[in-house]
Amino acid sequence: MQKIFARPATLLDTGFHFCPGCHHGIVHRLLCEMLDHYGLRERAVGVPGVGCGVFLYDYIDIDVCEAPHGRATAVATGIKRVQPDHFVFTYQGDGDLGAIGTAEVIHAANRGENFTVIFVNNAVYGMTGGQMAPTTLLGQCTTTSPAGRDSRNDGYPLHLAELLAPLEGVAFAARVSLHTPAHVKKARRALQRAFETQLEKRGFSFLEFISACPTNWRLTPYQSVEHIEKNMLRAFPLGTYKDTGAPASAAAPEEEDTANAVL
Amino acid sequence: MAKRRMMRGSIALAEGAITAGCRYYFGYPITPQNEISEHLSSRLPEVGGVFLQAESEIASINMMLGAAAAGARAMTSSSGPGISLMQEGLSYMAGSELPGLVVNITRLGPGLGGIAACQGDYWQATRGGGHGDYRLIVLAPNSVQEMHDLAIRALHLADQYRNPAMILADAILGQMMEPVNLEPPLVEIPPKPWALTGARGRKAQLIKSLYLADGEMEKHNWKMYAKYQRLQEAEVMVEEDLEEQMDLLLVSFGSCSRMVNSAVALARSRGYRVGHIRPITLFPFPSREIREASRRVGKVLTVEMNTGQMWEDVRLAVHPGTLCRLLARPGGAIPAPKEIFEEIEKFVRAGDHFAENIC
Ligand SMILES: Cc1ncc(C[n+]2csc(CCOP(=O)(O)OP(=O)(O)O)c2C)c(N)n1
Ligand code: SF4
Repeated sequence: MQKIFARPATLLDTGFHFCPGCHHGIVHRLLCEMLDHYGLRERAVGVPGVGCGVFLYDYIDIDVCEAPHGRATAVATGIKRVQPDHFVFTYQGDGDLGAIGTAEVIHAANRGENFTVIFVNNAVYGMTGGQMAPTTLLGQCTTTSPAGRDSRNDGYPLHLAELLAPLEGVAFAARVSLHTPAHVKKARRALQRAFETQLEKRGFSFLEFISACPTNWRLTPYQSVEHIEKNMLRAFPLGTYKDTGAPASAAAPEEEDTANAVL
Repeated sequence: MAKRRMMRGSIALAEGAITAGCRYYFGYPITPQNEISEHLSSRLPEVGGVFLQAESEIASINMMLGAAAAGARAMTSSSGPGISLMQEGLSYMAGSELPGLVVNITRLGPGLGGIAACQGDYWQATRGGGHGDYRLIVLAPNSVQEMHDLAIRALHLADQYRNPAMILADAILGQMMEPVNLEPPLVEIPPKPWALTGARGRKAQLIKSLYLADGEMEKHNWKMYAKYQRLQEAEVMVEEDLEEQMDLLLVSFGSCSRMVNSAVALARSRGYRVGHIRPITLFPFPSREIREASRRVGKVLTVEMNTGQMWEDVRLAVHPGTLCRLLARPGGAIPAPKEIFEEIEKFVRAGDHFAENIC
C-alpha cells in the first residue's frame, strides 16, 4: 500500500489547542510541510508573536524564540543578523503585526530583512477574547465594537500585504486564504514562493493568510467559511502583490482573484 | 602589554565592548550618547560585526534580544527616554534569561528633561525597571578607565548569569577625556548550549518567558531570585576609602563620587576623619560593606545627583541607629567639593537633630 498523506516530520505528534474550525492549525501544517520540503528543520528558527499562535513551539519541532507582543520582526532581525544562513520566520496575528507591531514590520520590510513573515489575519484579537483588530471589517461586531466597526470612530480595515508590497526591501508579498481545499493548495504554492525568496536571499517575504476565528466571530466553522467567501475576501483581495523572483507574467495576481486585486 | 591612550568615555566604553567580543550593536540616536553609536558604526564592520540603526529603542532592545537568543554578545545604548522604551524588552530578556549590555548615558528627567548629567535613573536601573520580579546587573563607572573596563565586565557577567546588564553613566563620563589602559582583546565567551542555532544533532530548543502551568512561574521566579542571591554573594564591586577612626562616612557613586573624593581630601586636610564608600555595582549593592563601616562610624552622608534614590538603599544597609543625611542635587547641577565639605563639617559637628533620618 502506498501512503499518500502523512503528518510532516516537523509537525509534532500532539493535538492542537486551537478551537474547532480555527485555521491556525492549517498554517502550522503548511509551514511544517515546507520546512520538510526544503530540509530546514536543523537550521530554522521560528519567532511567534503574542496571540493564539504563541504556542508554535508545542507543535513545530524547531528552535523557537518567543517575542514580546508586536516585536517579532525586531527579534527576527537580531537572530537573522547573527545567523544569516539560517531560515528565520515570524508568525504573527493581526493585532500583533497590524497594530502594536506596525513600526517594527514596516522597518524590517524596508530594510529588506531576509526573513519570512507569516501573517494570520482573522480580523479579531483571538487570544484576548475577540476585541476589534485593525483588520476588523466595517460593520463587524466585536467585543469592543459591539455595534459594528464604524469608520468614523475606528477607521478602516488595514491592508498589510498592499501596504508592504511597494516597499523596496520587500521581495515577496501575497495574500491567500484557507477556506477551501483549492485555496489551501494555492496557499501552499504561495508559501513555497515565500520560502524560496528567503532561501535565494532576495529580501523580505510576507504572506498573509485570511484565517477563520469561529469562536470570536460567534459562527460555526461552516458559517465561518461562508463569511470568508462572502465578506472577508471582498475586503481583503487575494493575490500576489509582489514577487521579485517570478517571471513577469507570474507576478500578476492569480487569475480567479484578479477581479479583486488592487495592485 | 596594555596600551595607554587618551580617550573620551563613550569611545572607551565602545572599545571595551569590542574587546569583550561584542559584535552586534542595535540603537537609536539620542543625546548625550550618540558618540557610542557613531563610533561603533565604523568600528563594528571593521571587526566583522553588525551595526544597525533601529527605528526605535523598542526595536533596538528586541533586536538585541534576538541576537542574544542566537548566542551572540550584543549591546545597545541610549539615554533616559530611550531606556524607558526598552523596559518591556528588558523584562522579556530577564524572564527569558538572555544576556546583553544596555548602556544608559543618563539625562535629566522626567519627560524630555534635559541633557545635563544626573543620576535620576538609579531606581529605574536597580529595581529592574520593567514589569515583573527581576533585576538588572548594574555597574556604575566613575572614570574613563572604568567606562572601558566595566563594559567588558558587564558583558562577562551578563553571559555568566544569563541576565541583562546595564552600565549607568552620565554625560560627564561619556564626554570627558582621560588616559586609558586598553586591554588586549580577551574574548572569552562561555559556551551557550541554550542558544537557538538550529536543531542540528540535538532536540529543538525554546527561549520563552511565558509560564502558564500551575506553579511554573513561581518556580521560575525563585530560580531567578537564587541567581540574584548568587550575584549578591559573589559579584559586589565597591571602592572603599576608610580610616581607622572615622567621624563620618560618605556614600556616592558615578561621576558624583569624584566630587566627593575631592571633598574627602579637603576635609582630611582640615583634620576631619572621614571615609568614603563608592558602590561600583549598584545591583548587587554593597550593603554588607556599608553596614560594617556604618557600625564603626554612626553617621552616614549620601551625596547624589537626584532627590535621594540610592539613599534608600543606603538606609536599608546601615547599621541600626546610624544617623543618615542626604545631599541631593537633582537638576543637572553638580555638587561642588566645597558644598560637600560644608555639609561634612556641619554633620560632624552637629548633634542627632541634624540627621534627616535615623535608621
Ligand atoms: C504589550 C501587550 N499588550 C497587550 C497584550 C495582550 N494581548 C495578547 S495577544 C493580543 C492580540 C492577539 O490578537 P492577534 O495578534 O490578532 O492574534 P490571534 O490571537 O487573533 O491569533 C493582545 C492584545 C500583550 N500580551 N502585551
Ligand atoms: S480564539 Fe480564534 S484564533 Fe484563537 S484558537 Fe480559537 S478560533 Fe483560533
